Amino acid sequence: MVKKIKSRFLLFFLIFALFGFTVFFTSAKLSIAAEPIIIGIAGAHSGDLASYGIPTLRAAKLIIDEKNAKCGINNRKIKLLAEDDVCKPEIAVNTATKLISEGVHVVVGHICSGATKAALGIYKDVKIVVISPSATNPALTKSGNYPNFFRTIAPDDVQAKLEVDFAINILKVKKIAVLHDKGDYGKGLAEYARNFIKESKIAQVVLYEGVTPGAVDYSAVVQKIKRKKAEAVIFGGYHPEASKIITQMRKKRMKTIFISDDGVKDDTFIKVAGESAEGVYATGPKNTSNNPIALKAVSDHKRVYGEDPGAFFLNAYSAVLAILNAIEKSCSTDYNSLTNALKTEFVATPLGILKFDDKGDAIGVGFSMYQVKNGVFVKIKQAL
Amino acid sequence: MFKLSEIIKSIAVSAWFMFLTFPILVIKVNTYEKTIDWRWKNMILIGIASFFLSFLWRYMLKQKEYGSDKKKSKASSFFKNTVKNPKFYTSSIVLILCLIIAFPFVFSIYQTNIMTSALMYVVLGLGLNIVVGLAGLLDLGYVAFFAVGAYSYALLNHHFGITFFMALPIGALLGAFFGILLGFPVLRLKGDYLAIVTLGFGEIIRLILENWNDFSFGPSGIANIPKPSFFGINLSIYETTTYMYFIMILLVFLTVFVVNRLEDSRIGRAWIALKEDEVACQAMGIDKTKTKLYAFATGAAWAGLAGVVFAAKTSFINPASFTFLESAIILSLIVLGGMGSIFGVITGAFIFILLPEYLRAFSDYRMLVFGAAMVLMMVFRPQGIIKKRRRFYKISDSGGKKQR
Amino acid sequence: MEYFAELFLGGLTRGSIYALIAIGYTMVYGIIELINFAHGEIYMIGAFTALIAASVFNFLGFGQITVFLLATAVAIIYSAAYGFTIEKIAYKPLRNAHRLSPLISAIGMSIFLQNYVMLAQTSNFVRFPKLIPDFEFIEPVAHIIGSSEIVIFVVAAIVMLALTFLIKFTKTGKAMRATAQDKTMAMLIGINVDFIISITFIIGSAIAAIGGVLIAAHIGQINFYIGFVAGIKAFTAAVLGGIGSIYGAALGAFVLGWTESFATGYVSSDYEDLFAFSLLVIILIFKPEGLVGKSTAPKV
Repeated sequence: MVKKIKSRFLLFFLIFALFGFTVFFTSAKLSIAAEPIIIGIAGAHSGDLASYGIPTLRAAKLIIDEKNAKCGINNRKIKLLAEDDVCKPEIAVNTATKLISEGVHVVVGHICSGATKAALGIYKDVKIVVISPSATNPALTKSGNYPNFFRTIAPDDVQAKLEVDFAINILKVKKIAVLHDKGDYGKGLAEYARNFIKESKIAQVVLYEGVTPGAVDYSAVVQKIKRKKAEAVIFGGYHPEASKIITQMRKKRMKTIFISDDGVKDDTFIKVAGESAEGVYATGPKNTSNNPIALKAVSDHKRVYGEDPGAFFLNAYSAVLAILNAIEKSCSTDYNSLTNALKTEFVATPLGILKFDDKGDAIGVGFSMYQVKNGVFVKIKQAL
Repeated sequence: MFKLSEIIKSIAVSAWFMFLTFPILVIKVNTYEKTIDWRWKNMILIGIASFFLSFLWRYMLKQKEYGSDKKKSKASSFFKNTVKNPKFYTSSIVLILCLIIAFPFVFSIYQTNIMTSALMYVVLGLGLNIVVGLAGLLDLGYVAFFAVGAYSYALLNHHFGITFFMALPIGALLGAFFGILLGFPVLRLKGDYLAIVTLGFGEIIRLILENWNDFSFGPSGIANIPKPSFFGINLSIYETTTYMYFIMILLVFLTVFVVNRLEDSRIGRAWIALKEDEVACQAMGIDKTKTKLYAFATGAAWAGLAGVVFAAKTSFINPASFTFLESAIILSLIVLGGMGSIFGVITGAFIFILLPEYLRAFSDYRMLVFGAAMVLMMVFRPQGIIKKRRRFYKISDSGGKKQR
Repeated sequence: MEYFAELFLGGLTRGSIYALIAIGYTMVYGIIELINFAHGEIYMIGAFTALIAASVFNFLGFGQITVFLLATAVAIIYSAAYGFTIEKIAYKPLRNAHRLSPLISAIGMSIFLQNYVMLAQTSNFVRFPKLIPDFEFIEPVAHIIGSSEIVIFVVAAIVMLALTFLIKFTKTGKAMRATAQDKTMAMLIGINVDFIISITFIIGSAIAAIGGVLIAAHIGQINFYIGFVAGIKAFTAAVLGGIGSIYGAALGAFVLGWTESFATGYVSSDYEDLFAFSLLVIILIFKPEGLVGKSTAPKV
């Protein structure tokens, strides 16, 4: 009997040994010379959210190829290390540990706020600067928990404030329905919007609800919007749900104003929603398409990849430029000098000339309101 | 070598697959720019691949039907004898123990980290194995208890500053409590009705966590969950990872020990009896209600335990981590590894968690391969990688002698 | 009252779609006692094939109705073919294995098919062409009910009637019922069980494809993941009604559709799914065989 149990344990140990060896051989390959500057790119590179993560990877590749074609930075070549986190917090932890175990100096990423939150603790511990092009959760900078975190996108509350101000002051609506997709990003944004509306005391929130992403239709919610006589809908979330809601609203012949966020300000939204998208308002990063660096970035992207860049491309381009500039100016990859350089040195990016405030938010990066007109997002003229 | 009929069969299969994959693999429409991309190359590839694979498929099926006896030939008996050899046995135990201890010091923090994840799934798998493998109750909402454990640590820490080691037993107890909570209403249900109710229960827990903001902070989750401290000393990330690894190793040893003992205990036998035949089991005087509730509670307790570790390891949790897919993966790993067998579950967990990590090179094709592997594994080895060996009695001349 | 009617109709739309998918689940379950997790993916493949076919036919310059009918036909054929092939690959070799093995195989197949469509087509949402025209006569009530909803009700009703006829009065239907009751006995009286199982998969998949086309035309967008949520809901509906029974599946689907619709309308859409699953749990506690399922005494 004892022997039997023993043999079982033995087998169990054998599997450990087996994996130990596999692991040994895989890691053996990974010894790298410490000469080049290694930049980790973390984000969703596969799966259904890949379309948010790939543009960052491409932006980094474009810049780094260009720099390496000269003589890198401070005469050091730059090496890019991409790791996929599929936007899941539990995977992001693995991604982060993988990046630090391979000796990255700085990290550009992560893409999703949840994954960023999970990974930041690890980077913070080993003093690595992280700069995200798209993690918009306000707590990331405002909580003060992550001094190593920077971003080239404005936090959600700024966006919610703009949406609410626009609805109340410009569109002069009094009854607003606030909807969200129950997600980290959408619900956070909707909560800010609801609070701003309440604080304004001019308009009221007639409906505050989450829709289930992926549900077969949204007719019940749409009927509810109609019943509550909402003049405008503020939606926090991404474009698939937004286009479903707006299509169903228009099908029911409702003319309710629809205001949404930068998760919706995506050309895919117009393509999918078609004629229903007409007239929809959405906030998006400030229009900088006349900025020469932005023009160059976009044309480089078209030249290399043969298509228009995707979501957060310019933010990512700016993030990479900012971090490389900091490395160059501070002549090191040391944590303290890097954070110092990011906060003091201005850098020219596609989003304008930037530096970062004490909390890590980029100064000068903001949002504008856009409206769909004849199938394209057009910046609204009214100044806010 | 190949008969003509075989070749014709394969040509038919290949034609069928070319037809089947035609719209999705060959045509790619761009509905916006109104262009159509014809990718004929894919069709040719599918045709050739399915032609050859169909031979392999039939060969493997044949092997499965006729060749299963032959396979148990010399190789496996040699393996068994070597394993049973005490000299080899003790020396390899020492070797492997050394390996386990040395692992985090030899390998990078990343390797240690994913190994910790895999160990976490070992605990989860062994826990679910009690419910599904031993008691035969199909549970598709097991991840709910995992969530209970994770949130109990995260929330208790957030509000009352409970430490990791205090949270471990609390998480386990809460897990068990929720196990009983689920167990009561589903006592009357059988088979697949049970499966769907447990699935519903798992979803309900997730939906509550998602919507009840005041309680759980909703989808934005809870961040900054502290990692365990070493007798009050705060460790660096490298040290913590190693530390978590050893905590997990200890938990796995504990789980294996307990589950192994449970299997041979009175209640363990009752579970197996329940799985085999409920009516006969009742007729033997086993309290069905109590037995089932025990199964749910003990299974859920391990999930609660693993949940606490998960929260500490990730340092950030939100409801999105506890979806049905997670339940499906835990279930799959125990079935794939070999249901009911402790060693099988461990193997399954390692394969399921480490394989996708190492398949990262394939990135996009990772999940495709993963899904296909699940199907193929079930088709060719439905009993799992390591088959559970049933206990049986052998009557010899010298009276009944128990054997395994 | 108008609000109630609107919610009622919304629930009916959802219910019809759930019913079209749930029928496939319940038929397969009735015959081989397998939860076919890949069934939601069949629905998704139906929608995708219809999208591709419709685009090609649009190119060739057919009229709107012709395109709709042709695309639906292509979707039905392909979904049926996929259903047939999946059964042959993933379930048939497992006919005599442990009950959980085909379930895992089904989950694996589901993951595989999702990724197959994602890699071969796209991971983005794509616009589904407007296949159902706006009927003139609907315009006065368009704020309550649209033409796509009407088409969904009508088609769902026709499909269910046709299926009932098939099961009740045709030889194949009788063979299916016999196989469902007892496979060995069915074989003994000369029914080709393998063939009947294939037929079941084909019919179930074809109906799911109809559901896929209709809902895609209704909401106007699809991606590779739509099958997952719809599949789980339809499965819930099938169990709610009493799995294995076609009436049960339809009834369960409508009950589920209305529950969700009214829960959203009168309570909050935050808790829409919570209501759906709680209803399921409560009904199964009091009636463990589902709404119309017959309780069977345990075999000794």
